[in-house]
Amino acid sequence: MLPGTPFHSRTAPLCAAHNWRRWGPCVVAGSYDLHPEREYFAVRTSAALFDVSPLYKYAIRGVDATRLLNRVITRDVSRCRVGQVFYTPWCDAAGKVLDDGTLQRLGESVFRLTCAEPNLQWLYANATGLQVEIEDVSEQVAALSLQGPSARAILQHLCPADLNDLRYFHVMGSQLGSVAVEISRTGYSGDLGYEVWCEAAAAPQLWDLIWEAGMPYGLVPAGILALDVARVEAGLLLLDVDYTSARAAAIEARKSSPYELGLGWAVDLRKENFVGRAALALEQTRPAQWRFVGIEVDWLDVEGLFNAAGLAPQVPTQTLRASVPLYLSDEWVGYASSTVWSPITKRYIGLAHLRAPHFATGTSLQMEVTVEHQRRLASAKVVELPFYDPPRKRS
Amino acid sequence: MAKRYDAIIVGGGHNGLVAAAYLARAGREVLVLEQRHLVGGATVTEELYPGFKYSVFSYVVSLLRPEIMRDLSLARHGLEILPLESTFTPLPGGDYLLRGPDHAQTHREIYRHSPRDADVYDEYGRLMAQMAMAVRPILGMVPPDPAAPGWRDLQSLAQLGSHVRALGGERFHALAKLMTMSAADFLDEWFECEPLKATMSASGIIGTFLGPRSPGSAYVLLHHYMGEIDGAFRAWGFARGGTGAISSAIASAARSFGAEIRTNAAVQQVITKNGRAMGVVLADGEEIYARVVASSLDPKRTFLKLCAPADLPTEFREAIERFKIRGSSGKVNLSLAALPNFTSLPGMGMHLRGSISISPSMDYLEQAFDDAKYGEFSRHPYMDVLIPSLIDPGMAPPGQHVMSCFVQYAPYNLKGGWTDAQRTAFGDTVVNTLCEYAPNLRENILHRQVLSPADIESVTGLTEGNIFQGELALNQLFFLRPVPGWAQYRTPVRALYQCGSGTHPGGGICGAPGRLAAMEMLRDGL
Repeated sequence: MLPGTPFHSRTAPLCAAHNWRRWGPCVVAGSYDLHPEREYFAVRTSAALFDVSPLYKYAIRGVDATRLLNRVITRDVSRCRVGQVFYTPWCDAAGKVLDDGTLQRLGESVFRLTCAEPNLQWLYANATGLQVEIEDVSEQVAALSLQGPSARAILQHLCPADLNDLRYFHVMGSQLGSVAVEISRTGYSGDLGYEVWCEAAAAPQLWDLIWEAGMPYGLVPAGILALDVARVEAGLLLLDVDYTSARAAAIEARKSSPYELGLGWAVDLRKENFVGRAALALEQTRPAQWRFVGIEVDWLDVEGLFNAAGLAPQVPTQTLRASVPLYLSDEWVGYASSTVWSPITKRYIGLAHLRAPHFATGTSLQMEVTVEHQRRLASAKVVELPFYDPPRKRS
Repeated sequence: MAKRYDAIIVGGGHNGLVAAAYLARAGREVLVLEQRHLVGGATVTEELYPGFKYSVFSYVVSLLRPEIMRDLSLARHGLEILPLESTFTPLPGGDYLLRGPDHAQTHREIYRHSPRDADVYDEYGRLMAQMAMAVRPILGMVPPDPAAPGWRDLQSLAQLGSHVRALGGERFHALAKLMTMSAADFLDEWFECEPLKATMSASGIIGTFLGPRSPGSAYVLLHHYMGEIDGAFRAWGFARGGTGAISSAIASAARSFGAEIRTNAAVQQVITKNGRAMGVVLADGEEIYARVVASSLDPKRTFLKLCAPADLPTEFREAIERFKIRGSSGKVNLSLAALPNFTSLPGMGMHLRGSISISPSMDYLEQAFDDAKYGEFSRHPYMDVLIPSLIDPGMAPPGQHVMSCFVQYAPYNLKGGWTDAQRTAFGDTVVNTLCEYAPNLRENILHRQVLSPADIESVTGLTEGNIFQGELALNQLFFLRPVPGWAQYRTPVRALYQCGSGTHPGGGICGAPGRLAAMEMLRDGL
């Protein structure tokens, strides 16, 4: 049986839906209520508390820590100041993405790398000859993600330091009650939010503190189904859903470069050599073959298709993690990898991969929609990401 | 020379703003004139007690049309509609009825009261949804005039006919019953559980001067299901920031298209010349001219206050005078130091995050109406209560709450009139009634606002404080709204239009009257 997370003693009694789902090496709540809608809206209107402990976490320390990480990730670690957090992908030698995650610089040569899949062996393999200590702290470190407009006010009740000074994608050490933590101004929701990291043994205590502080603000425990809607609105991709790790791809065509995933901004070709650099440098000189974009499906079209069958329109209220074909005229030009009805923007949206030259913003497409067992086509168009970008996200 | 607008919209309620937005979107120069210091009419949020925001009058989004949200990009202009999760009916004996979003949970709960009703509940829901599908196109349609049909009227009538035909026998018959029966009789055909019937029937009496046993009250039951078939678009719900956020979003959209909005600008009269509207005079004497004038005020105010009697045909005037716009409800808004604790279901839970309905039985509702029939407010009123701060915590300071109580019946023509003493007595009745179910309420009240229908009238201008600008009774709907022959947004005064809830399809935060009126103005060559 897969274990729960260090917060299980707190999340289990709240999980009225008994809706447990696998995430990495653990099970976590998919949703706490039978209907996760409230959990989603909490992210956008009050605050939601997610258990994100299943993330893989690696502590990397030592004089060569920077060198190791610069060898692995595509961004330039020397530009990451102490107290800063980088989002970054990393690639294989062919420049195809293996995983993506965040890198926290906790000290001059102390880092924490978080990611969706195990990467310990990959870090070891690249550390040959370097003076660096790599420790898998996945089980030792527990993490909560507090996301939503009230997140700062809630955490400020517990945090001695002024949280207004903790900028977007920065991290600091702190003490909440008697629990030593790191607080990072990060999240996977596209909203104002924080992630709080602590020793696994202190996890229940941390939960209780945040839970109590959050009550007056309408804090809601939220599961990964709600997060999955928020992250699509935020235009954030998910490994194994929106792309396949080069490590796991059965065929070459399933691999993607950072450029093809919209992560070109996170590739720094000016820095010292890193895994995949040569391939990426070459790729950058060529026109892109694929691009990761946002699409919006035309509501009137969808409504018309369903009405013609005598039905009210049906759209996915949870993120549909399935590949849906996209066409231009009769030609297949790509696929949507995550599609969902966005409750806050009232748009039917998707994250999609499109072939050149069909990925320019504004391009009209058709998306396959199944209506009463029949495959139909609804109009869609390429739009800018993210779909939802409130100013408070970076505030 | 002063600027001449293409259109002046009298009244900055949500329909006036919608009309303005559509006209401005079509490139017309539009001016909205609102008498109060803020736009919204009955769709406003006001912070009447520091930190506590009240949706002072209307409190939920009822049927805001998806096409309006889309055409005006209201989400981009800040409109966020949050779900109302449940309907909770506390009962005097210490029991309750709670319906929520989960089908199985609701089935279990109704089963507790009546196993039969639990099964029938789904069947009923399906039938109503199917009928709503058939009737819904009417909401987006300019009512055809069956008495003097032109080409377009005939087309609409034919379209309507084909919709109804497509319903099939069973549903057509149910529709005919809905159109003619009382809510009580109609629901009696389906259910036996009193609190279930009473709570469902309440949607048929809100805003009318009818009881659940009055014929014609069944039809409005259908409106509830219209929201459901808009599905994901979520036409029913609570607007983040209160209902005022809806007006703000529409106003913001209208401004983005170039519409001008003036507050503190009360219109006193419509200026006419040779039977044609030329502009308006404001209370301070300022005259403003436009090619057309559209009033979003209720029909009585528009025609009996803003228009000179000589400008209107006598028959029309009389018909407007006969228009039923009886005020029947009041509103009590509370600021609370802590949540109410219901004896029947103590503590916090889903039941507090939706609608709390004080409607234990049909007799209870009908008796509440009995009081009103004879000029008293209900001694035990029907109430639709909401705790907005649980849905949007921004409505009150952390840990504290606001509570919105829609109260029926409170007749506008109260015996002895709405004196301060009567208003206080009315407020006390509301609090006392709620305390029968949640005794801790009283001690937690920090601030109380009591609005009688007379107050609603004096603040918003709605005649008699009727929330729908005229009752949603069958004799005042569709091609009969507001009066036969003048249901297509035009009026006997050329270039004067009506665009408020007093026109088809009527009240609630719907916006369709404003949109349809704007489209008719454009059709007429504006």
